[in-house]
Amino acid sequence: MIPGSFSYHRPASIADAVKLLSDLGEDARPLAGGHSLVPMMKLRLATPAHLIDLHGIAALKGIRRDGQNLVIGAMTTQHELLASDDVARAMPILHEAALLIADPQVRYRGTIGGNVANGDPGNDMPALMMTLGASYRLEGASGARGVAAADFYRGAYFTALEPGEILASVTIPLPAAGHGYAYEKLKRKVGDYATAAAAVVLTMSGGKVATCTIGLTNVHETPLLAIDAAKAVIGTSLDAATLKTAAAAAEAIMAPAADARGPVEYRKHVGGIMVTRALQRAASVAK
Amino acid sequence: MAKTHVTMKVNGTEVEGLVEPRTLLVHFVRENLGMTGTHIGCETTHCGACTVDIDGMSVKSCTMFAVQAQGSDITTVEGMANADGTLSALQEGFRMMHGLQCGFCTPGMIVRAHRLLKENPSPSEPEIRMGISGNICRCTGYQNIVKAIQYAAAKINGVEFQEAAE
Repeated sequence: MIPGSFSYHRPASIADAVKLLSDLGEDARPLAGGHSLVPMMKLRLATPAHLIDLHGIAALKGIRRDGQNLVIGAMTTQHELLASDDVARAMPILHEAALLIADPQVRYRGTIGGNVANGDPGNDMPALMMTLGASYRLEGASGARGVAAADFYRGAYFTALEPGEILASVTIPLPAAGHGYAYEKLKRKVGDYATAAAAVVLTMSGGKVATCTIGLTNVHETPLLAIDAAKAVIGTSLDAATLKTAAAAAEAIMAPAADARGPVEYRKHVGGIMVTRALQRAASVAK
Repeated sequence: MAKTHVTMKVNGTEVEGLVEPRTLLVHFVRENLGMTGTHIGCETTHCGACTVDIDGMSVKSCTMFAVQAQGSDITTVEGMANADGTLSALQEGFRMMHGLQCGFCTPGMIVRAHRLLKENPSPSEPEIRMGISGNICRCTGYQNIVKAIQYAAAKINGVEFQEAAE
């Protein structure tokens, strides 16, 4: 369980990191928290010739309010998200989801940037970022660009990141005051990926759903927005028939792999249940 | 592959060594420093036996390279005793509450619980269980580990430890 040999680089700025990445080409990988990449390297499933450690770049750290957005540096750890009053107050679903990722030790090292940029369909943050309408700032040799989370994921481990680009920060618009939220994750044990998970952010007006967004984790090769399911609940009071319709609409776009977490039918079925529970809980905390 | 010179503080002492970039921190601690209290369990970031405290964070040292610990302040299980060599509250708790059987997970459990109690000196039982959820024990069923941490929390807070009725 010893990784292959590599050269270690620790740039002090985003510009230096981007230059290293473009100079060294496809043999180089950026290293964030390392809790996906290092295990892959120990199994020799990843054998980068160069590792570019982003821990020395202060500009990639921190959580700040920017008008009606939270801007979170890519190297901000899950532990730092959990410790943030801004996150807990303005975006409690982010706090709730971060607490369901891995275990305490992994959360001290694991970063939001690594979680969203890796393209692993099992990661929790991508579907949540899509649900919250977040966008990612990508920096490369030819400058910076923004990409919506909803346009970022192309396939398993395949994203809109171009060679030589790094994901520098995540910008998340603040959800409406009084919004309801829930992240429901079914997993076999602490530290496991979701068998299926659903994120819901909604607003209520006069006992009826006014707006609703639903994201799905680990039921497809990419995170999904369940657009039809969300449409089905608008204007309703989430009665039993509506919940059934929404769950069925969400299940219709799921295409999970059969794996140790269960066969396809089971994972879709519990995916529908996660949607139902997240809708109900989100409505119950909405003001 | 060229070796890199690293320096760091381990249990209050400045240490140095030459490592390949691929050398995992746990191998540096055990093999270069000869401190074998930190255990290698699963090597896959699951079990927590290799947990060390780095700059105030509990970290699985099998999932970090030694070069990344350059300049950091590390505490391993060897650094857990009181300055005068007596057992710390946590070590005493594990002894008094029979918080170990084979003992393999114990270094990671104690180092992790140390940070947990620094961050939350009076954890509830669910907070303790979630706090050590990155550490796997295959012997105890966790009951006595939880009691050991409760014992330590009580001692640190200067209150009498009351074992919960079962």
